[in-house]
Amino acid sequence: MADQQVVERPTEEQIIAPGYSFASVTDQIAAVVLTKHTPKFWFAAFSAALGLLFLFLLAVGQLLVYGVGVWGLRTPVFWGWAITNFVWWIGIGHAGTLISAILLLLNQRWRNSINRFAEAMTLFAVACAGMFPILHLGRPWLMYWLFPYPNTMGIEPNFRSPLVWDVFAVSTYATVSALFWFVGLIPDLATLRDRAKPRILKVAYGILSLGWRGSARHWSVYETASLLLAGLATPLVLSVHTVVSFDFTIGIVPGWHSTFFPPYFVAGAIYSGFAMVLALAIPLRQVYGLQGLITDKHLDNAAKVMMATGLIVGYSYIMEAFAAWYGGNTYEMAAIAHRMFGPYKVYYWILISCNVIAPNALWFKGIRRNSALLFVWSLIVLVGMWLERFVIIVSSLAQDNLPGSWRLFHATRWDVFTFLGTIGLFTFLFFLFIRALPMISIFEVRTLLPQSRVKEEVQG
Amino acid sequence: MKAPVYGVMAEFETPGALVRAAKATVAKGYKKFDAYTPFPIEELSDAMHLHHNKLPLIVLLGGICGGTLGYLLQYFITVIYYPINIAGRPLHSWPSYIIITFELTILLASISAVGGLFALCGLPMPYHPTFNVPRFAMASNDRFFLCIESTDPLFDRTKTGEFLESLEAKEVSEVAH
Repeated sequence: MADQQVVERPTEEQIIAPGYSFASVTDQIAAVVLTKHTPKFWFAAFSAALGLLFLFLLAVGQLLVYGVGVWGLRTPVFWGWAITNFVWWIGIGHAGTLISAILLLLNQRWRNSINRFAEAMTLFAVACAGMFPILHLGRPWLMYWLFPYPNTMGIEPNFRSPLVWDVFAVSTYATVSALFWFVGLIPDLATLRDRAKPRILKVAYGILSLGWRGSARHWSVYETASLLLAGLATPLVLSVHTVVSFDFTIGIVPGWHSTFFPPYFVAGAIYSGFAMVLALAIPLRQVYGLQGLITDKHLDNAAKVMMATGLIVGYSYIMEAFAAWYGGNTYEMAAIAHRMFGPYKVYYWILISCNVIAPNALWFKGIRRNSALLFVWSLIVLVGMWLERFVIIVSSLAQDNLPGSWRLFHATRWDVFTFLGTIGLFTFLFFLFIRALPMISIFEVRTLLPQSRVKEEVQG
Repeated sequence: MKAPVYGVMAEFETPGALVRAAKATVAKGYKKFDAYTPFPIEELSDAMHLHHNKLPLIVLLGGICGGTLGYLLQYFITVIYYPINIAGRPLHSWPSYIIITFELTILLASISAVGGLFALCGLPMPYHPTFNVPRFAMASNDRFFLCIESTDPLFDRTKTGEFLESLEAKEVSEVAH
């Protein structure tokens, strides 16, 4: 309303490099998509991804023909790599939602340059995550039995089971992430429609952009919709990893049955997710010359978030050991002792080095501002977080309450192939995305430019 | 007699010029007009009094439907349709319904947010008269447009055109249907 007070935002440190105009931002980001010249890097990465994708198809074929026994799943470890990979992938996805939703609500405008590809990362990571529980079902073609629907068998899912909650949480998460991502893309698809030269591209982007024309009346609804979707996605993303942690905590397996798993898992998810954001952003901005839009400031901020969540994760490890000792439960103490000094101790201490010791290097600005080192650090965190899930799942299951049923888990090559295969699937989808859609949100970057501010005297 | 037009459109080079023009247009008494910009401009929404829309209500209703549906679905299945005794827990074990009720609330609220956005904006709309202006393609890049529509009672082809020319517009053109 006209009588409302307009509060001026304090001037902040410029986020993107100086010297950009609306047109040069549009040109630079749209050119990556609309060019006829595809960089060699793209072909190299895409071919590697395609190779791994075929490996995935091979591994899935093997699984469908011979059953889940091709993975190293033997009594008592029936979750093995499959659930480890599921938790790892879905955790990676969480950083995308954090950047697109939570940082939007917190008015962190630096997110504008990285939210688009981080959201794409979320979608593709959730797709990879979804593969594992579905393939792990044994008869994946019957996965629709997980949903309640009227059926001739006369049976329904058990709503008291966290595994059923997981089905709802993950499918809602995938749907909402896809909607949010598409809504964010609409104005940029209109930009591509208006810039594309070949008619087929004009028509394709035209259909996808739904006829968006940048009307002020539309923008005002659009802004409301973005805020509402961000407000809905924020509790959703926290709930998803909470529900994933319920898969463990509701069980009575020692080492799983604890109340601090939800915050511990959410922190770990964001930790690994920011590591993936950095692992993607650093090579991409190098290859496509986007250092002016994804600046060292972005990497610095992402590294700070990574370190903060890493410290929470480190605190959780300490609390996990403390709670086991302080609780005085023999089985819980044994579970922690098995992790630290048992057959999986090598993995445990590597994960402690990767997740607790390594991130402390990020206290130093020199490392946060050095993109090559930061890239290495993000890979260390990704490895550490995978090992964390592996140790939680496998060491607890291999040695639970009854020593007579103990047996260690040994991964087979099909475990390895399926995992590498989903990395292929992820990379494949991601490289298709950066070739076909703008990887940085063009319209949101325009709002970062100083020219986009309307001067004070206009307020009238 | 010239063919009827959709409206008259002016092009501006800066967001500031557009916001000033929008204010002048409102002051002049025009109601049927719209501005077109490459990114959302808060001050423009202020100038055009666009801060209220029905979307929050739609999302609220969607969320309430989702939550109710989620709870009733679980109640119906676990109490009426397929009651099973699990460890002696009551059939109506509401604490374990919380998660799915919550997820369906979020799901339906989000779908209504996107559906409501499209409905309130009238999208998808592949054809719109404004696309007939050749320079309008710049509206998704770096130019700012304001179009007064011919359905406005004060609209007059010559006078409205002259009015827009007086507003530091770079170019004024008629929009064919």
